[in-house]
Amino acid sequence: MFHRESGVFKTSYGADMALYPLPIAKWTVVILALIFVVIVPLTVHEYYLSILNLIFIAIVGALGLNILVGYTGQISIGHGAFMSVGAYTAANLAVKLGLPFWLTLPAGGLMAALIGVIVGMPSLRIKGLYLAIATLAGQLIIEWTINHVPAISGGAQASIEVGRPNLFGFTFNTQGRLYFFLLFFAVVAIVATLNLVRSRIGRAFVAVRDQDIAAEIIGINIYRYKLLAFAISSFYAGVCGVLYTYYFGIANYEQFQLIVSIDYLAMIIIGGLGSVLGTIFGAIFVTLLPIVIRIFMENVGSLFFTTAEMANVISGLRLGVFGGLIIFFLIVEPEGLNRLWRNIRSYFRVWPFSY
Amino acid sequence: MSEDLEFAFALVLSGASIGLMYSLIALGFVLVYKATDAINFAQGEFVMLAGLIVVTALGFEAPLIAAVVVVVLAMIGFSFGLEKVVLRPLLGRPVVAVIMATIGVAAVLRGWGPLIFGIETRNLPLPIGDEPIAIGPASLPPIQVVGAAVALLFFVVFNWFFKKSRMGVAMRAVADNQQVAQAMGINVERYFALAWAMAGIVSALGGVVWGSMLGVDVQLALVGLKVFPVVILGGLDSIGGALVGGLIIGIVESLAAGYLDPYVGGGTKDFAPYVLMILVLMVRPYGIFGRRQIERV
Repeated sequence: MFHRESGVFKTSYGADMALYPLPIAKWTVVILALIFVVIVPLTVHEYYLSILNLIFIAIVGALGLNILVGYTGQISIGHGAFMSVGAYTAANLAVKLGLPFWLTLPAGGLMAALIGVIVGMPSLRIKGLYLAIATLAGQLIIEWTINHVPAISGGAQASIEVGRPNLFGFTFNTQGRLYFFLLFFAVVAIVATLNLVRSRIGRAFVAVRDQDIAAEIIGINIYRYKLLAFAISSFYAGVCGVLYTYYFGIANYEQFQLIVSIDYLAMIIIGGLGSVLGTIFGAIFVTLLPIVIRIFMENVGSLFFTTAEMANVISGLRLGVFGGLIIFFLIVEPEGLNRLWRNIRSYFRVWPFSY
Repeated sequence: MSEDLEFAFALVLSGASIGLMYSLIALGFVLVYKATDAINFAQGEFVMLAGLIVVTALGFEAPLIAAVVVVVLAMIGFSFGLEKVVLRPLLGRPVVAVIMATIGVAAVLRGWGPLIFGIETRNLPLPIGDEPIAIGPASLPPIQVVGAAVALLFFVVFNWFFKKSRMGVAMRAVADNQQVAQAMGINVERYFALAWAMAGIVSALGGVVWGSMLGVDVQLALVGLKVFPVVILGGLDSIGGALVGGLIIGIVESLAAGYLDPYVGGGTKDFAPYVLMILVLMVRPYGIFGRRQIERV
């Protein structure tokens, strides 16, 4: 990640696809691990840890969406709803059956994957615009169902309270402890995605995205891989929803509305479609943006607005800035922050002899 | 007429008038899609913006006619500019990019609209009174009658425009085949802009009638979500389809609300159209009147 090669001398496909392009890359990973596992939790204040926690959750969901949109080229405006499926499945299992998180988490993911496949079914017949509309309908129908079926939503205000995750008697009940809980899943999601996209399945996804007819001709079963993409992607979304539930201690459909689907689309567009590193950048960017806007408005905006107006102003600004960034990146830099990062890197790789 | 039949008649009538108002908004979507192949996920936000502009103009003591003229001009200008700034650079890019860009536009409008024009819900009074108008055994609020009339008027005008006027014929040519149209000396870019401007006009009027019915605030944009069932059902590129689709969706919605709501505790209105749409997507994705050519794998 941060190392400099003296040149690119790859002679086999294996070398080209390797996770560690050079031996030194392993050391970067070790250093990163040290920073995140030892240094950050010891030195960083709880408030900033809570922001990091939100970023970790966002990374999981955004990676899932990027597998679908960035790698497979299908579109989904229903990921918020898939998250809510995972969240409510886990919350119901945890509260009604008293199951621990290591059972509810995969259960939530699998349920979301099932629903995701059902919503993704139309992708077998249609694509592009029609698929966008079908997933939009999926989002609205799932939202409505959760809201109107008390058996799922737990009745009052359609929200279920859930206890903190507990492992062998150890409860993750502070931001510092949740940090390790969420860091673990974020790392698992990142490594799983990195390996998925360079495997046979991942390459099939890319083939379907780039030229579906050609992909079919070389023997890729498009239908299978499209549904698989929907399943994997909504599994991630479901897990992300479960993590939100455990993090906030409550499953609430308001956390998973249409606007959330758009937030996540914003993450992968701003970060970079079809790139794991870009997804991480996007998740960081989109999570930090509202916080920065809030801090900015609390300091500068309080000169112009009353406290009562502030909440509306901040939420409006947030949405407006998001929309603007989506448009900006689509027009100016379709490859997102990831491309900017690569440009910076390749500049420093040959620095100071840039010619 | 028996009690049951009267109830059904009232539901159908009310559904049909609401449906016509849906088709008015859907018309804006269809016009853009037909001519430019661009998908406008911000159609509801266009309507919201128009509503906000009207109430703001009325807030400055402008007479209603002046406010309507202002909003039509403003919406033409806005959609014209939008086409130039956002959609033009995305020409030739994958359809997903265009979809996301219009979603971005929707977010921008939803975010900045209330900040600029005010957050609180405002009424948009039209000088038509509140007395329900009796039609047969049922009655309709006057705003629904006006809305339906405006929608029908637009359909007549656009029908004439596309069939008879020189510009309309040119626009159909552009929609049919851009390259050939260009070879025939049609300025394709100009007609793209024209299509967006027409969508702006339709949205402006949509904003007036819907704003007057629901009150003007951010929630007005949610009307746009109903556009999708309408256009999918009617066919994405068919103006008549928008009309028929709107009628069907309006009636289905109204019947669902009338007959199913007592059993499930309300809200079927926001549910039934999407279920119907999913069914249509599975069975006949190009809709009732749409061109049979659909991109498939």
